[in-house]
Amino acid sequence: MDLVTSILSIAVFAGTSLVFATVGEIIAERAGILNLGLEGMMIMGAVTAFATAYATDNAYLGVLVAMIVGGLMALIHAIATISLRADQVVAGLALTIGGTGLASFLGQELGPGGGPLVGLIGPKFVEVPIPGMSSIPVIGEILFNKDQLVYAMYLIVPLVWWFLYKTRPGLHLRAVGENPQATDALGVNVFRLRYLYTVIGGMFAGLGGAHLSLAYTPGWTENLTGGRGWIAIALVIFATWNPARAVVGALLFGGVNAIQFRLQAEGTTISANLLNMTPYLLTVIVLVAVTYFEAFRKKVGAPAALGIPYNREERV
Amino acid sequence: MTDVTTIPDVAVQLAGVTKRFPGVLANDSVDLDVRRGEIHALLGENGAGKSTLMSVLCGLYRPDEGTISLASDGRLKPVDIRSPRHAIELGIGMVHQHFKLVRSLSVTENVIIGMDGVPLRLDVDKLGAEIAEIGLRYHMPVEPGATIWQLSVGEQQRVEILKVLYRGADVLILDEPTAVLTPKESQDLGRTLRTMVAEGKSIIFISHKLDEVMSFADRVTVLRQGRNVATLDVSATSKGELAKLMVGRELSAPPARRAGELGTTLLELKGVSTLNDRGLPALREISLTLGGGEILGIAGVAGNGQRFLAEVVTGLRPTTGGAIEVRGKDRTGASPREMISAGVVHVPSDRLGMGLAGNLSLADNLAMRSYRRPPLAKGIFLDRRKMVVEANGLIERFNVMTPGPATPARSLSGGNQQKAILAREITAGHEAAGGAVIVAAYPTRGLDVGAIESVRARLAEERDRGSGVLLISEDLDELMAMADRIAVFHGGEVMGIVAPSETSIEELGLLMAGERRT
Amino acid sequence: MIGFTLEKRLETSTKTNLLVLAGSLLVALSAGALLLLAVGASPLEAYGAMLKGAFGGRLEIVETLVRATPLILTGLSVAVAFRMLFWNIGAEGQLVAGGIAASAVALFLPGAAPWVPQNAWVYLPLMGTAAIAAGAVWGLVPALLKSSLGVNEIITTLMFNYVAILLYQHLFNGPWKDPEGFGFPGSAEFGEFAFLPRFTGRLHLGLVIGLVAAVLVWIVFTKTKWGYEIALIGENETAARYAGVSVFRNIVLVMILSAGLAGLTGFSEVAGVSHRLQQGLAVNNGFTGIIVAWLAKLHPLRVVVVAVLLAGLLVGGDQIQITLGLPAAIGQVLQGAILLSVLGGDIFSRYRLRMIRTTAKEA
Repeated sequence: MDLVTSILSIAVFAGTSLVFATVGEIIAERAGILNLGLEGMMIMGAVTAFATAYATDNAYLGVLVAMIVGGLMALIHAIATISLRADQVVAGLALTIGGTGLASFLGQELGPGGGPLVGLIGPKFVEVPIPGMSSIPVIGEILFNKDQLVYAMYLIVPLVWWFLYKTRPGLHLRAVGENPQATDALGVNVFRLRYLYTVIGGMFAGLGGAHLSLAYTPGWTENLTGGRGWIAIALVIFATWNPARAVVGALLFGGVNAIQFRLQAEGTTISANLLNMTPYLLTVIVLVAVTYFEAFRKKVGAPAALGIPYNREERV
Repeated sequence: MTDVTTIPDVAVQLAGVTKRFPGVLANDSVDLDVRRGEIHALLGENGAGKSTLMSVLCGLYRPDEGTISLASDGRLKPVDIRSPRHAIELGIGMVHQHFKLVRSLSVTENVIIGMDGVPLRLDVDKLGAEIAEIGLRYHMPVEPGATIWQLSVGEQQRVEILKVLYRGADVLILDEPTAVLTPKESQDLGRTLRTMVAEGKSIIFISHKLDEVMSFADRVTVLRQGRNVATLDVSATSKGELAKLMVGRELSAPPARRAGELGTTLLELKGVSTLNDRGLPALREISLTLGGGEILGIAGVAGNGQRFLAEVVTGLRPTTGGAIEVRGKDRTGASPREMISAGVVHVPSDRLGMGLAGNLSLADNLAMRSYRRPPLAKGIFLDRRKMVVEANGLIERFNVMTPGPATPARSLSGGNQQKAILAREITAGHEAAGGAVIVAAYPTRGLDVGAIESVRARLAEERDRGSGVLLISEDLDELMAMADRIAVFHGGEVMGIVAPSETSIEELGLLMAGERRT
Repeated sequence: MIGFTLEKRLETSTKTNLLVLAGSLLVALSAGALLLLAVGASPLEAYGAMLKGAFGGRLEIVETLVRATPLILTGLSVAVAFRMLFWNIGAEGQLVAGGIAASAVALFLPGAAPWVPQNAWVYLPLMGTAAIAAGAVWGLVPALLKSSLGVNEIITTLMFNYVAILLYQHLFNGPWKDPEGFGFPGSAEFGEFAFLPRFTGRLHLGLVIGLVAAVLVWIVFTKTKWGYEIALIGENETAARYAGVSVFRNIVLVMILSAGLAGLTGFSEVAGVSHRLQQGLAVNNGFTGIIVAWLAKLHPLRVVVVAVLLAGLLVGGDQIQITLGLPAAIGQVLQGAILLSVLGGDIFSRYRLRMIRTTAKEA
């Protein structure tokens, strides 16, 4: 396997959790709900996925539980911001802070006999080469020699894209974040849609967390997500709320991880800590570039009603 | 329409509808009958409860008391309209004054949002063709694939109407439909509405303009302070009678123009251009002068550059060409703060969006111009007690009705918010030697009659003191009565500058529609 | 049919506010109790042990105040930025940057400039200034990106947290590692001239710095033109521009103050507690500062009170890990829960819940 193939192969692998989280956040933000609790939902997804998989010896159950947990956490955000009209930024931060604490708490309690999860080895997703396709030169290794969750991503992203742009409910989703008043006046239930898509967004975040603890870095350690939730939030802006572009962004970041791996494997003298800075610095650089060019092109960017609570009977 | 009866065929009946908001009784036991095949005007001042009443009818608000009945099978049946969607199902559709369109979506997409019977998978082309066809039937040509933000205001209104028609509405409610239209577009709208009533639809037409009620409607219901004061046949009434019913007394004429001479030039724009937020030209080489003791009226259909004029003159928006002089001194590119020091004050169109910080106290808001200098400022410190003292003075002098200076600005009525802004701006203007430049953008919009009179009187008073007033307004009667000259804007250009004594509303209408004066 | 509707209150009484706050705390503590029950612990026992562990005696109170010291400063840091609606989520990184700079002065200035008198009167101000400057620089990059290009500050301040933390880990594990530290990660201990004076136990001068800072920020907010401008921008940026306030200039100045306070926290921690650069500087004080600031409704003097209470939660959490064997993270869980329930509960201060009856039948 040559260097480029190997880097791309790892990029897909490393980028999968980011794709799930980013697509989930895109769905929520399209509905007008900014959920900065992504990091908290991902890490809770990661810890519960691993704990479930370990306890039941079934990785699929782990994924299911992670998605439910992510959805439930997003439901808290939905109740706070949609029904109780709390500030979306602060509520999301609270969710991340509480979620990180809770994950740490559970990590010490959900192991065998109420003990810690750290250091345990449990079931995980491994590569399942797709017969025929995995032997295609280069592409086979990069795309078709992966675990089931990566394959799920191949299906989910086009599906979400199609849903968003080509279906009636997708039209409503786009409309709700752009102009809830207009959408409400046409008889679309703004509150129900915002709840629904916030929760779906959380389920995707949980799924992303599950890929981390069940495939990418199997097992549980504190701070397993390492800020991926935040990177995903930046990727939403990079992707200009388009799921297809989210994949490009996530692969780019996965690629940075891959290059780090390679450099470390080659025994470079640069400190791992310094290498680890690159994704965060890259996020800032990408965000600056995207903002600059968006401003330059004066293009319609974020959903216009993002972050604004909706209240039908309020009079100014 | 098949069974001909001698009793007019009622399509919608409201009986005893009451709607309260905290601290406000918006509708007080209102009765209203709307017949099939009629255009029924709902006339009243801002705040008379017209929009609230119609929001109740279209399911946006729920009435606290009263019943709504709809005709079905020749009989009126009471209905409980639970939501806008339910109203649409019952055949009631509303075209809002502030368009409820999703700007980033296409015409077709906007029309079909929320519709039942649209397949899960969208066939945008087929739906678009249907929509275009309905448009043609009612004399409203549209491009179904166009994105909303590319459309003119008149075209956007057509989309709003199409949304309602496509859902098969029999009762259409139009909220102030002509406010944003040129006279020509208003005529086209009239033709569309006539076609609809000829098919047996009913139209409720909300307005506060007497002229258009007289020319559009068959019958008119006048609301005042939330109550129905009269329902009349338009053919059996007059503008004078309606005006009296609407305000409850004779309208007083706006303060007259100044008779005396103009002072020196306070403001001069020389070929000023600027861009809007999308980077497109918003003002194209505007040249104007404003003298001391003059009111220069700015007329135009909303969205033709008037807002940008206010912004460049006050330093809020950079110019891309030309020069701005205040009292003969070049101020091109000056910051808002420098413009304030140069004696340019500003009564903005968006009171709570720009003129006030709603959650801060009235005292804080009244200090927005004066906090930098003594007596309020002492070095880097701010004397909060003096701020309250000054605020009390302004509240008293300008007759602002408020519980006190600590009240958040947001909780004042619109008229009192405007008085507070005027108090602050006019007082700041007095510091400018030789008269201030007062940029007043739609200063009477949305106010009740009493407040309108007081705002106009204040502006006239400042003019008499030697200030120059740039009066941006959509109320042509106001401009004709108050302005010394009127500059008409269209597409970011000045179509012509006319003296009210030498022009007519008709000529202004032509200029507003973009016909340049030769 | 019976439904509920929210009606805006025209005014909110103090009594309502206190009732809502009490209700919110009850909800959060109940959620925590459920969690404790789920892992087989007695919530009453656990809460009792936390309370005792945090405020049960002189030693406990001292420890809580030690823990509160950084939270006062980061809470102020966040309050300053949030007051202007600048979402500075980067106090954590700015704190670490300050800690690095203060450590650099303490570790390397004696060697580089031996003529500088090695006493606390010289060194502590130097370290504090370096820390403020480093924090401010760390905060200025996002501030400039925001004010000149409109780059989302939530993301940039956050990303800079990770960069600062990784840099700090690199330093004490690598180039700054104490060669005589028996392989233990961490820098050499500072000279005693770089220690903040202690009152009792580990309680150091940083607490006084925090209290003074709270009063100063309060003066800025309530007594100065600048405070007025910050509030104006925070309430309505368009109105602020209209009033002639330079938003660009204020974003920069406010972030220098906000990030400088966070940097100062780093100084207070290394010079007051650890006396060296080592693990334990990046322990979420920056993030907890957000909770502190928000619960204090961005009021600088209330920040002090909230910081002490939240520090109590953390110290109490550590205590029950020791005494009851429960994860200390319960403290952080409770913080998140309290913030969420207070945020959500706030609506009941602003609105009144009203029951409505509607006629059930329709045609």
